[in-house]
Amino acid sequence: MKGFRRSDGRKGIRNVVAVAYLVECAAHVAREIVLPFRDCDVHLIGFPGCFPNAYAATMMERLTTHPNVGAVLLVSLGCEGFDRKRLAEVVGASGRPVESLTIQEAGGTNPSVEHGRRWVGRALEMLEETPREDMAIEELVVGAICGGSDATSGLTGNPAVGRAFDLLVERGAKAIFEETGELIGCEASMASRAVDPALGQQLLGAVEKAARYYRRMGHGSFAPGNADGGLTTIEEKSAGAYCKSGTAPISGLLKPGDVPTRGGLYLLDVVPDGEPLFGFPNICDNAEIAELIACGAHLILFVTGRGSVVGSALSPVLKICANPETFRCMKEDMDVDAGRILEGKACLEEVGREIFQRVLATAEGAQTQSEKLLHREFILTYKQFEPVGAGPNRDIFCGKSG
Amino acid sequence: MPSSEPQDSISATILQLNPKDNVGVATGNLEQDQVAAGGQDVLRAREWIATGHKVAIKPIDAGEKIIKWGMPIGSATRPIAPGEAVHLHNMKSDYLPTYTLDGSNPYLP
Repeated sequence: MKGFRRSDGRKGIRNVVAVAYLVECAAHVAREIVLPFRDCDVHLIGFPGCFPNAYAATMMERLTTHPNVGAVLLVSLGCEGFDRKRLAEVVGASGRPVESLTIQEAGGTNPSVEHGRRWVGRALEMLEETPREDMAIEELVVGAICGGSDATSGLTGNPAVGRAFDLLVERGAKAIFEETGELIGCEASMASRAVDPALGQQLLGAVEKAARYYRRMGHGSFAPGNADGGLTTIEEKSAGAYCKSGTAPISGLLKPGDVPTRGGLYLLDVVPDGEPLFGFPNICDNAEIAELIACGAHLILFVTGRGSVVGSALSPVLKICANPETFRCMKEDMDVDAGRILEGKACLEEVGREIFQRVLATAEGAQTQSEKLLHREFILTYKQFEPVGAGPNRDIFCGKSG
Repeated sequence: MPSSEPQDSISATILQLNPKDNVGVATGNLEQDQVAAGGQDVLRAREWIATGHKVAIKPIDAGEKIIKWGMPIGSATRPIAPGEAVHLHNMKSDYLPTYTLDGSNPYLP
């Protein structure tokens, strides 16, 4: 397996030019810049808000310096609250080509679009020279999420991902699962798997926080399609979702932007700290995918029952279909048919190994179905977090996520 | 970690995931009165039950915990007989209410 080597020593499995708008007012220009490069690895990301937010700033720093990203174009309107100078400095310090485009200084839409497209074209040429080096499995960071879940998600897809996670962790890789709002009822089990009791307490605390937060929202992390698909309660959905974590001990609790450096299984706490200031925590699946990527995830395992079609900007999404009917109906969007377990055509072990092999193949350059279909969704909203404390997380490379 | 029984699944149409469970999962649509192998027992479905939905495999009292994967996933809101569907009409979350669009619950109250 070969990776694209970056100056901080990390390796990426893709070599993307990221075009990042720093307020919604700059989004059209950014989209126009990206448009002619539809068939290249030029990905649009951005933050829509004018008001500053420490979480959004941290997320953008991690995303623009992600190992899959080779070069960055920042697109500002010019009067927004986002600290574009600081972001440009952070990206520059990471050794990546970076360009800052300010629409109000460049003379408006057309000059900005022209300048941006020229720069992206040059960046793509520069990236052809990116050195490629051998990459070990232990250098991989793999995230997992489930979305569009139904009752099959917890019977086939999630347990199969759990097997794949066990295989990855055995080989020293970092595996991250998340969505504390969908681990309601699983906290005691998670705490019993923590590598030390202090972490166990943190895990309990994270789920208790999630339950309080969603109770305050008056709505759990549960969609109508979940119920159509046979799930009745958030605890049931959580129990099925929890299967994706496999059986390894849990090594640490991350917040968005914390990048684990030691192999092991990690839980990403996505529910904000403190009083609910900004509404629902993760308004759709891509919000969590972006957070996993900000924690260094090279690729994302995505289990779906009802049939999600999303991919993501920056890191490829590998779609694991838990429901055999859905797989038949939406085959072109799916990478792995886990639903065949229910039809007696394969066992969990076999599908778990298949997922593990697909992780390696994707890392080596094989395109996932959502990549082929040009799915490059991205969403970033307002949140607040306190930094993760010292102790069990002392060996995590911790950006200040707060 | 929710634990599962090895699945005796090729011929079974109701999957019991754990010996402690009082519900199983229909692996295909079940017609009313269809007899299905579920765990140790043979059950008669008391109504039509959709793929992936839960079927009571033991008698359940009102207020009793519904157990799946050996873990509680909610409580019964009324007594449930073996072979009945178990969903929004006869169980609820112990944590957060479940909202749906109309028509999400195909079982008559």
